Amino acid sequence: MNTKHTICAGLLALTSSIAVSGATFAADPVRVTQQGKQFSEKNLNLVAGQEIIFINDDKVAHNVYTIVKGKKRDLGLQKSGEEDSITFDAAGTYRVRCAIHPKMKMVVKVK
Amino acid sequence: MSEKKSFGIKAAMVIALTTGASTLITADGHDMRDAYKRPAEIPFPDENPYVEDKADLGKQLFFDPRLSRENNLTCGSCHNPSFAWEDAQATSVGTPMSRLGRHTPTVLNLAWGEIYFWDGRAETLEEQALGPIQAGGEMAQDMDQLIDELKAVPGYVERFEDVFPGEGVTPENIGKAIATYERTIVSAQAPFDEWVNGDEDAISDAAKRGFELFNTKAKCVACHEGWNFTDWGFHDIGLGDNDEGRFEVLEIDALKHSFKTPGLRNIVERAPYMHDGSLKTLEEVVDHYNDGFTDRPSLSTEMVKLGLNADEKSDLVAFMKTLSSDDPAVSLPKLPN
Ligand code: HEC
Ligand code: HEC
Ligand SMILES: [Cu+2]
Repeated sequence: MNTKHTICAGLLALTSSIAVSGATFAADPVRVTQQGKQFSEKNLNLVAGQEIIFINDDKVAHNVYTIVKGKKRDLGLQKSGEEDSITFDAAGTYRVRCAIHPKMKMVVKVK
Repeated sequence: MSEKKSFGIKAAMVIALTTGASTLITADGHDMRDAYKRPAEIPFPDENPYVEDKADLGKQLFFDPRLSRENNLTCGSCHNPSFAWEDAQATSVGTPMSRLGRHTPTVLNLAWGEIYFWDGRAETLEEQALGPIQAGGEMAQDMDQLIDELKAVPGYVERFEDVFPGEGVTPENIGKAIATYERTIVSAQAPFDEWVNGDEDAISDAAKRGFELFNTKAKCVACHEGWNFTDWGFHDIGLGDNDEGRFEVLEIDALKHSFKTPGLRNIVERAPYMHDGSLKTLEEVVDHYNDGFTDRPSLSTEMVKLGLNADEKSDLVAFMKTLSSDDPAVSLPKLPN
């Protein structure tokens, strides 16, 4: 599907620019919003120690979680307007999902 | 998603924004119906693209009793096309003859799904298909034995070889064939779709009011969204039984007693309702949402008392009835013997 590839390319460009800024200011957190039952990013490249702030801009509640070194990192129920964060200390690939809405998912690569 | 199979939706879907529809404008200025347009194509995964012969083989397996231990049950025994791919019972009877713990869900429109079973324990339809064949209580079949049984049928050996050259009859290929067939099971145009496409006479005024309530005061859209009326998500809607649902698979507190939101297409034909089959009619369902649910810590934050009056309740039911399509009858396949 042509359209899909274009969208992917667009996302890649977006994420790589975030990765560049991430490398320059290692401590800067990345803000990811949850709106329309979607994460605003599908793929993110971070450096170790960087943080993602998850903001719920939806009318409904979400529950972000991921698995870090075999253990669940669960942000718990996040109501409309609330925000919370996860710091990714170790290199690796992380799959972040909403426990309530499994269609909401993103991949975080940490170097 | 490489392969697509079009199922004949007209390209030009023009929405007529008539004056009568003015109450259907959302806060941000859109017609509420815009979010409910049907997709033009069925999505198939790259790992298991659509091939007609594969779907045909999957249909044969779906309706072949030899997939069960006693050679007496097919997938269609419980997912019966005559009842919109359910079985019209609270919980069904499997092998050995014993009641299952949960109500049979429909297999309509699952191509758009994310994870499967009431509790989401299967990641793909391919994986899901192998579950019931082996599940004690459902078809209770031993997989090695099933492979031997199918390999003893020359017609199957030939078909599997055609569809999966060099691989033949394997559990994985049984899953792929059945999943491909299941993805082709899509509910057809319903009166609601005709209305979305601009035919103002396709549904009654009561149903139109019901649709508006569904999207506003009754808050159904918080979970039942889009053309198939589901977010494919997991929620505790306060049915009050002890089944922990998704929490048994993923231990996150918010998931206690939560189950996958079913789509609402052909919902009239799919009674009784819910994972435990405990609600018999759509009227009972609406009463449940209005004020009949059990409050407990895991109850979805989207569940609040609605304060609907009798007219509003019956409008909601009238609306849900417009989601039934007159699907063409499903013919039973000829099976190799
Ligand atoms: C004895 C009745 C019975 C038989 C036979 C049966 N199923 Fe099911 N099916 C169920 C029940 C009950 C569930 C829900 C179980 C759960 O979620 O815990 C289910 C769930 C499913 C789902 C998940 C639907 C969703 O929305 O997630 C699919 C797909 C499915 N079955 C396909 C099949 C296939 C394919 C076969 C044949 C290989 C089959 N079933 C045989 C009763 C049956
Ligand atoms: C918080 C999310 C949520 C809201 C809000 C919601 N539903 Fe549901 N609905 C679900 C879930 C989850 C189920 C399955 C629950 C179970 O079986 O445990 C369900 C089941 C149903 C069913 C039965 C489907 C079946 O296959 O058995 C119907 C009908 C239904 N809902 C209609 C409605 C209507 C009408 C409203 C608004 C008044 C509504 N729902 C509001 C999540 C929701
Ligand atoms: Cu969510």
